[in-house]
Amino acid sequence: MYTEQVMDHFTNPRNVGEIEDASGVGEVGNMRCGDIMRIYLKVNDQDVIEDIKFRTFGCAAAIATSSKITELVKGKTISEALVITNKQVAEELGGLPQPKMHCSNLAADALKEAIKDYQSKKK
Amino acid sequence: MRKVYLDHAATTPLHTEVFAAMKPYFTEHYGNPSSVYAIGREARKAVDEAREKVAAALGAEPQEIIFTSGATESNNLAIRGTARALQHKGKHIITCAVEHHAVLDTCLALQKEGFEVTVLPVDEYGLVSVKDLETALREQTILVTIMMANNEVGTVMPTAEIGRLCQERGIVFHTDAVQAIGKLPVDVNELHVDLLSLSAHKFYGPKGIGALYVRKGTRLSSYHFGGAQERKIRPGTENVPGIVGLGKAIELATSQMEEKNKRIKALRDKLKDGVLAIPHTRLNGHPERRLPGNLNVSILYVEGESLILSLDLKGIAVSSGSACTSGSLDPSHVLLAMGLDHQTAHGSLRFTLGDDNTEEEIDYVLEVLPEIVARLRSMSPVYEGNK
Repeated sequence: MYTEQVMDHFTNPRNVGEIEDASGVGEVGNMRCGDIMRIYLKVNDQDVIEDIKFRTFGCAAAIATSSKITELVKGKTISEALVITNKQVAEELGGLPQPKMHCSNLAADALKEAIKDYQSKKK
Repeated sequence: MRKVYLDHAATTPLHTEVFAAMKPYFTEHYGNPSSVYAIGREARKAVDEAREKVAAALGAEPQEIIFTSGATESNNLAIRGTARALQHKGKHIITCAVEHHAVLDTCLALQKEGFEVTVLPVDEYGLVSVKDLETALREQTILVTIMMANNEVGTVMPTAEIGRLCQERGIVFHTDAVQAIGKLPVDVNELHVDLLSLSAHKFYGPKGIGALYVRKGTRLSSYHFGGAQERKIRPGTENVPGIVGLGKAIELATSQMEEKNKRIKALRDKLKDGVLAIPHTRLNGHPERRLPGNLNVSILYVEGESLILSLDLKGIAVSSGSACTSGSLDPSHVLLAMGLDHQTAHGSLRFTLGDDNTEEEIDYVLEVLPEIVARLRSMSPVYEGNK
């Protein structure tokens, strides 16, 4: 049911953990559906995402999409990161089973929340 | 990679003796039991013998057994058939919150058709209270349908007490005994049941065959029309190999039941102690009143599907009541009805042991599970240890 890429990110997730003095933190999801994603960003003064970490409670799709997005945006600028969508993350993983598209495909939303947090702190 | 199958409540492997008994009925004994010539009579004889075996296992009469395609059909037939046959007497049906969807959704479908349905709550262990049932009974109650043992948490219901109460009040009592056959003594007279559903593939028989016990004199409307098979209640050419398989499987499942269950229970208890030794875990279901092979636990701070997939990568097959595996956005209705919060329900794991499991397999599970839990918890934003 899952692609090889999903299983790879599920079994060897990239960038798990947290950043202590994070520039921004974002969390989405809820326990009712059983998916919670938290993303930590370290952004430098050129608006480049120098480091990114995540922690996720959820199914393999939730863990894999979280892991994948950290890989996609590391080294990117905030404006480059902001255009990434949940759909793109799923595509990068070779697709997700249909029921997972809504409930567990939230990584881009978590990233956007983290960026929002960073931008509000910067002001 | 080694394979450890711990999902016997989902289905069981076909017993080799059952397979051997079925085989000739696919090939040389291909007759239609309704045909009068020799190969037809052979098939009829095989069906009759299987019916006797099923009846004997339940303490019933052969003519009280109706073969069906499985428990879903048996439950639908029992509930819809009773509702239609007795609607002139009343339109009230009682069931409980932890039933299988084949019962619950059938009752809810009848509700849409104008029947009134009371869904009894359960306690924290998944048990229905006979007192609650007594209070819910009305003049218009025509049917009580409460399972014998729960498929998710293994809780064993007070079936005989429920049956006695229904009998006193003259109300038809149906029980879904799918998980009970071969694990608990099932005698339709001791349990005072009028209708009882079972399915062969839960006790080492083939898939696609089941039965409904219908006590003599119980009125049941059919909703299939066709030939005269199964007393016209369930017409259609008999699934002869399946029926033969069911007969053999129920005979095997109910022989030496106590010894087999004693062994399985000992393995289950070892697994239980080992799993509950992992911090932040809890047992779901009743500590004593449960099926011998069932262990249902919640592993906090992790999600069930991730656990299942991780165990699958180690060759271990188990199931979960998490939303991801329930086919809906919510976790198991059984665990929620028992009062579990969403997180605890999402982190549930069900191990169901069977005849083929060994102590070595349990040791293997207990060796790999703690590592899997630790790995998933290290990723979890809700795990205290990460804060």
